[in-house]
Amino acid sequence: MGGFFKSSIGRKVAMALSAFFLMIFLLQHFAINILSVFNPDVFNEVSHFMGTSSIIQFVIQPILIFGVVFHFVMGFILEFKNLSSRKVKYIKNQSAANSSWMSRNMIWSGVAILAFIILHFIDFWFPEINTKFIKGDWSGLHEGVDGYRYFHELQENFLNPVRVGAYVVAFVFLALHLLHGFTSAFQSMGVTAGRKKTLQNIGIAYSIILPLGFIFIALYHHFNHH
Amino acid sequence: MTLDSKVPQGPIKDKWTDYKNNIDLVNPANKRNIDIIMIGTGLAGGSAAATLAELGYNIKAFCYQDSPRRAHSIAAQGGINASKNYQGDGDSNYRLFYDTVKGGDYRSREANVYRLAEVSGNIIDQCVAQGVPFAREYGGLLDNRSFGGVLVSRTFYAKGQTGQQLLLGAYSAMNRQIARGKIEMFNRHEMLDVVIVDGKARGIIARNLITGELERHSAHAVVIASGGYGNVYFLSTNAMGSNATAAWKMHKKGAYFANPCYTQIHPTCIPRSGDYQSKLTLMSESLRNDGRIWVPKNMDDVMAIREGRKKPTDLSEEERDYYLERRYPAFGNLVPRDVASRAAKERCDAGYGVNKTGEAVYLDFKSAIIRYGKEQAKIHGISNPSEKKIYEFGQEVIEEKYGNLFQMYEKIVDEDPYKTPMMIYPATHYTMGGIWVDYNLMTTVPGLYCIGEANFSDHGANRLGASALMQGLADGYFVLPYTIGDYLSDDIRTGKISTDSPEFEAAEKEVSERINLFINNKGNKSVDYFHKKLGTVMWNKVGMARNEKDLKEAMADIKAIREDFWKNVNVPGSENEMNPELEKAGRVADFLELGELFAKDALARNESCGGHFREESVELEGEQKGEAKRNDKDYAYVSAWEYQGEPADAVLHKEELEFKDIELKTRSYK
Amino acid sequence: MNLTLKIWRQKNANAKGQMVDYKVTDISEHMSFLEMMDVLNEQLVNSGDDPVAFDHDCREGICGMCAMYINGQAHGPDRGVTTCQLHMRRFKDGETITIEPFRAVAFPVIKDLVVDRMSFERIQQAGGYISVNTSGNTQDANSIPISKHAADKAMDAATCIGCGACVAACKNSSAMLFVGAKVSQYALLPQGQIEAADRVLNMVAQMDLEGFGNCSNTGACEIECPKSISLDTIARMNRELMKASLK
Repeated sequence: MGGFFKSSIGRKVAMALSAFFLMIFLLQHFAINILSVFNPDVFNEVSHFMGTSSIIQFVIQPILIFGVVFHFVMGFILEFKNLSSRKVKYIKNQSAANSSWMSRNMIWSGVAILAFIILHFIDFWFPEINTKFIKGDWSGLHEGVDGYRYFHELQENFLNPVRVGAYVVAFVFLALHLLHGFTSAFQSMGVTAGRKKTLQNIGIAYSIILPLGFIFIALYHHFNHH
Repeated sequence: MTLDSKVPQGPIKDKWTDYKNNIDLVNPANKRNIDIIMIGTGLAGGSAAATLAELGYNIKAFCYQDSPRRAHSIAAQGGINASKNYQGDGDSNYRLFYDTVKGGDYRSREANVYRLAEVSGNIIDQCVAQGVPFAREYGGLLDNRSFGGVLVSRTFYAKGQTGQQLLLGAYSAMNRQIARGKIEMFNRHEMLDVVIVDGKARGIIARNLITGELERHSAHAVVIASGGYGNVYFLSTNAMGSNATAAWKMHKKGAYFANPCYTQIHPTCIPRSGDYQSKLTLMSESLRNDGRIWVPKNMDDVMAIREGRKKPTDLSEEERDYYLERRYPAFGNLVPRDVASRAAKERCDAGYGVNKTGEAVYLDFKSAIIRYGKEQAKIHGISNPSEKKIYEFGQEVIEEKYGNLFQMYEKIVDEDPYKTPMMIYPATHYTMGGIWVDYNLMTTVPGLYCIGEANFSDHGANRLGASALMQGLADGYFVLPYTIGDYLSDDIRTGKISTDSPEFEAAEKEVSERINLFINNKGNKSVDYFHKKLGTVMWNKVGMARNEKDLKEAMADIKAIREDFWKNVNVPGSENEMNPELEKAGRVADFLELGELFAKDALARNESCGGHFREESVELEGEQKGEAKRNDKDYAYVSAWEYQGEPADAVLHKEELEFKDIELKTRSYK
Repeated sequence: MNLTLKIWRQKNANAKGQMVDYKVTDISEHMSFLEMMDVLNEQLVNSGDDPVAFDHDCREGICGMCAMYINGQAHGPDRGVTTCQLHMRRFKDGETITIEPFRAVAFPVIKDLVVDRMSFERIQQAGGYISVNTSGNTQDANSIPISKHAADKAMDAATCIGCGACVAACKNSSAMLFVGAKVSQYALLPQGQIEAADRVLNMVAQMDLEGFGNCSNTGACEIECPKSISLDTIARMNRELMKASLK
């Protein structure tokens, strides 16, 4: 098995597996976030559960972080290897004639998403870690806020139009990344059905609806400040 | 020297079995000490290299392409014959043997052909085991089709790419042996001479086509499987690199050249469109099953079509001359290749050619489309189908059958053959003649073997469709591995052959001098200029129909071109680099000699047989009037030519052909 | 028509190459692309220059020898054809055509437009075969029925001509379509099943060793493939490798 992940195909499969994991995570993340639009209280409840459950904090979260880091690091390693497989570049190259922009620029949409994740961490994750692990405050409460603090913090963050703009742009890149990544992951896993219409349509739906949903949430909170 | 074909005694059915039971074998430990050189890696060379390596011999294989998989066997479309009788339609080894000898117009060696038929079934077994994806029926068993007008369905096929799949099978078997170290593969190498030591073939001089370096390679036996010499015509369906150099070099070193005039001109090729044309593309003759061949009846229509004033579809049935149906009512459009080719030439020579070059006839699918369309309409239960619907239905059937060929035609000609008739014209396709070999496939030089299209043995004066692949693989997989062992059993104590001997020295010097001659000649005409000139003479005077006057002229013309070539050829670049012009120069120099021998052989054979048609030898009266007349009394022999310095001085040796198991009949397609 | 050609010229593997401009005139639209190159070379020979070296052989789209990157595409702008089947009617009078060799670390340039594809050979040698002896004493060809569907699919994969367009077109110079086609052909046939695991492991290992890039499923290979080999063959190879690795 060790040899498997050293082989080109093994690495592809690893990329696909981490991608599946991340796509499921995204779905879950979205499901919770959308609650903030419809019912702030439930959102707070769920957020508190997620933030304080030890299984999630000490088992799932490290796995997730590993998944994210792995997907990025492996993506960069493969990109570097792929680039070095052609030392002399074409003087004239019409790659648009045979492949989509998305498929050729996964590295750039990936970099954009990475930049977003850093911003996102600064906005939410680092403060969370700071509150819980440095300050040791696991109450989920905040001075001057009724009930849990999560909804409040969410809204605070989306006050700044520049940040919201950055989020919107990042989600566009996420959509572009997914538009190729979704079916690509299936193809890498050997699912030829990845090229059949149904799966393709599901892929397109997922890749567009999910980022649109996130954009909607960001804009909603920007324009509907309580 | 008298020619001894070494055909074993006994009844034809037992010859090969008895032979195998009585030959000397080489024990496995000794095979390791024996080297064999293989020139060419197509179906014959590739399969032979793989099998010999598997048996334990050390093989050095050479091809001029960058991979054995590129050999021109890959272009064969139709299929491969085998007397499996899977269809239960009465096929047998004897029938395949009979059809092949008859198809060859009784100019092949009976015993060889029978052996070919005998091993044909093994080829299919072997290929299936190798993973060749032959076409199958829904029940999972192998599918067959009937091919080339024979009465049984014995042709196995893999879409329209049978040659490709069989070659890739042999190539995969080679790869297995290359990986094991039993075959040392020399890609991008060209053999430029064979080295004879003490009367035996002991090695070659080869040029590394990347570095230009000359290399000496020694072996206990040398096998030539370098294909045919169709490119002597410049334009042919052969690959651009297909050449006769290996065969011609061995001829000059003592191997007799047999029946050079037997060439197959294939009737269904895409016509030439201009002088720049570099090669011709074949379309499977299966097209003639459904296409009707015609030219306009009236000269006015011909002119109108050539000038674009009329379209072929404008002509009514009465204005068309379906000349094959007219001349050969019994066989119609399905007459054998040579008959169809000559008939097309006859019409075009009379001025009825339908394209700008005047060398094209129509192959029309309209009748077939309508016929199939009506059938389909019935099947679909449509009682009053519109003409358009019928055409659509019919087109679907035709597409199913020939879709890839129609597509290929459209790519090349830029006309839609579903809407307008195809244009076709004959082109040189295969050469039945080649190096003379005995029953063991050994040439007149001991230790020098010749297999596949390069030899002369199995197809007589004409080759049946789907038989070339069969012969190549039979020679390589199942015949040579036995016969060569018998010879090599005497060589087990010889040890490595040195490449430092004076013979190698001399051969390399000769090759190197010739290369320098080319490089330093600094003439004013390109190699292609001469090749095209040769091709024109060959096509016009030694083409589909030949006569004494033209042949004599051709010999003189070719000699003159050759002399001009050596004076004025221009080969740019140097010898120490990749130099395609230098490669071509060497090949064309050999064609310029072979072409003359070709014409000489055609001149000497004053009869019409198979692909060789002499205008002096035709039926003068009766139903067959004007048709080819074979002369069994005077010409039932193989012409084997011995090199004597100049092609014109070659000495003829005859191998009389005896037919004990088959009755000689006149071909009739009326 | 008259054309300007920008062609990669490189004396040998070690020399530095560059693009050189040439003019050709009176080109017929019915010429094949290689016949147009013949015209150029005839012109160069007659003017005492070194003709452009390029690989070609059968000129009917089956040998896989010809390989040019024309105007930024492997085998030029047409689909489903090799360079030799591309015709000049595809170009306009006065057009400038850029012609480069197939580029990949695993396909080093030998001269001008000629590249070395020995990496493909070594991949095939690593396992692109079924290990049966060529004795002729194998079992009867009809003893193992194979479904027509499987046989047809195997045939579709087996039509690969090994030209390398997939590698040339791929932004990663990946050879997966080439290897996938061979692996698929054998994986689909019962005869190939027996050593399927070893085959895919060895062929993929050799492919990786040769310096080809990885597949990122852009699909460029499938589109540029003159034989339209399907991406499904890559998916099948991925499956085969997973299966083999789990064993």
